[in-house]
Amino acid sequence: MTDAIVAAPASQPPLSGGRMSFAWLGVVPFLLFALLALILPTLEIVIGSFTDQAGSFTLANIANLFQPSILAAYWISIRISLASAFLGCLFGFLIAVAVGLGGLPPWMRSPILTFSGVASNFAGIPLAFAFLATLGRLGLVTVILRDWFGVNIYALGFNLLSFSGLTITYLFFQIPLMVLIVMPAVDGLRREWREAADILGASSFQYWRMVAIPILWPSLLGTFALLFANSFGAVATAYALTGSSLSIVPILLFAQIRGDVLQDPHLGYALAFGMIVVTGIANGIYIWLRIRSERWLK
Amino acid sequence: MKRNSLWSWIVLVLAVLYFALPLIGTFEFSLKMRRGVYSFDAYRVVLSDPRFQSTFLYSVTMALCTIVLGIIIVVPTAYWVRLKLPRWRPIIEFITLLPLVIPPIVVVFGYIRLYNTSSWLPLTGSAWGTNVLLAFGYATLSLPYMYRAVDTGLRAIDVATLTEAAQSLGASWLTIMGRVILPNVSVAVLSGAFLTFAIVIGEFVMAALLSRPAFGPYMQLLGANRAYEPAALAVIAFAITWLCMGLIQLVSRFSKAAPARI
Repeated sequence: MTDAIVAAPASQPPLSGGRMSFAWLGVVPFLLFALLALILPTLEIVIGSFTDQAGSFTLANIANLFQPSILAAYWISIRISLASAFLGCLFGFLIAVAVGLGGLPPWMRSPILTFSGVASNFAGIPLAFAFLATLGRLGLVTVILRDWFGVNIYALGFNLLSFSGLTITYLFFQIPLMVLIVMPAVDGLRREWREAADILGASSFQYWRMVAIPILWPSLLGTFALLFANSFGAVATAYALTGSSLSIVPILLFAQIRGDVLQDPHLGYALAFGMIVVTGIANGIYIWLRIRSERWLK
Repeated sequence: MKRNSLWSWIVLVLAVLYFALPLIGTFEFSLKMRRGVYSFDAYRVVLSDPRFQSTFLYSVTMALCTIVLGIIIVVPTAYWVRLKLPRWRPIIEFITLLPLVIPPIVVVFGYIRLYNTSSWLPLTGSAWGTNVLLAFGYATLSLPYMYRAVDTGLRAIDVATLTEAAQSLGASWLTIMGRVILPNVSVAVLSGAFLTFAIVIGEFVMAALLSRPAFGPYMQLLGANRAYEPAALAVIAFAITWLCMGLIQLVSRFSKAAPARI
């Protein structure tokens, strides 16, 4: 079919050296854009994290990452990302199952998916404001719990500007993202599998444990990795919520670029390189598992 | 199926509580500026703030530029890869997914280092150059969504036959792009465009680090200094996101109703 197209403009003189050799010219603008806007800037960071001020090769910047304050920042970032990815996966999956298989009225499906589209894009500064107005010291839920139920969550040790607060906030975009991504996989569970399990005398629990979950497992694990990367790279929400008070990696890097914390720019490169490594690993796992899971869902 | 649906309703109610409370909380808080009574004072203050108007206008302009840039980069590439370079597909797809792997803060850090005033391409030296850089950054952010939307749109039409037909009628490549391919993937392009719009309007990190007067940094600044106005801004931002997603739904529904144009 392609040959027919290539041969179609018969009026043009044949190009010497074969027509196909010039077809790649068509993607040059795209490659140029990707090179200038994405690849070269990233390479600059990666190379910078392995060179010193004079420009020669060194591992000192990477070694500098292993100081307590930076390790602590990575650790809390990783913990927040793990917690929000895990809870996001769990609740997102439950919602997807409830919508897809759980016997909710069919008309609810479309609004739920639309809202998921909205909420998964509602990150950043406004999300932080929304949670300050809800779970901040004078937020709606805080006040309701205090005045109606006599529970002062701040006296109980809750703080929005902390690990738990940030995790709860991140879930607002993590859960909907999970719903959107896992919905096709849940829809891909065939009715026959359930019927076969029923006929063989399996309980609902056995069906989920021995049939559905093993099939969905690569999807679930892959989305977990994606959600992890999603929250690991998020800066704006955390920055608007906590200012610079909570030292997670993206905020540390933000402050470093702004020039108010670390003096050594090459340590900044190394911080950024560390972020690429972490999100790169997470996304690698996602892509690999995604390919595996697609075998089942054809 | 009875036992199942009870359980589903419980999940649904919990989900509605979690997602509705912050929205209700924000809205309620945004109305409390005047002591003792609910009023829209916070909205009035925000909307009449000249900095709100200028930053919002700036971000809208940047969003439109980003969308145009995205269309120019993505549509011909996706088309060309489908038509002539199927072997390049995995590579191009991999590149379009890279922005999901590399955090935006790292990309913009790279820009600042690579295009600073003493570099080979000193874009950050002028406001105009920095705007171009920011548009590049935004286009990068929206690349995964834009490319996938357009590629899905192209899958639905017979690119090869359309091209052949247009060529045999004597159409140039520009005509084919502008009058055959683009109209046929317009729904996909619009979906990508609205999503890009929603992303760009609220974006903070790139604009803040490149020191451009965009809506995101303005929101952050207001959030650090005021009490009620940020809640009003959050409601406005949520409404904009909602509007964009609603428009995506609308155009895709519209496309299903209308017969495919060939």
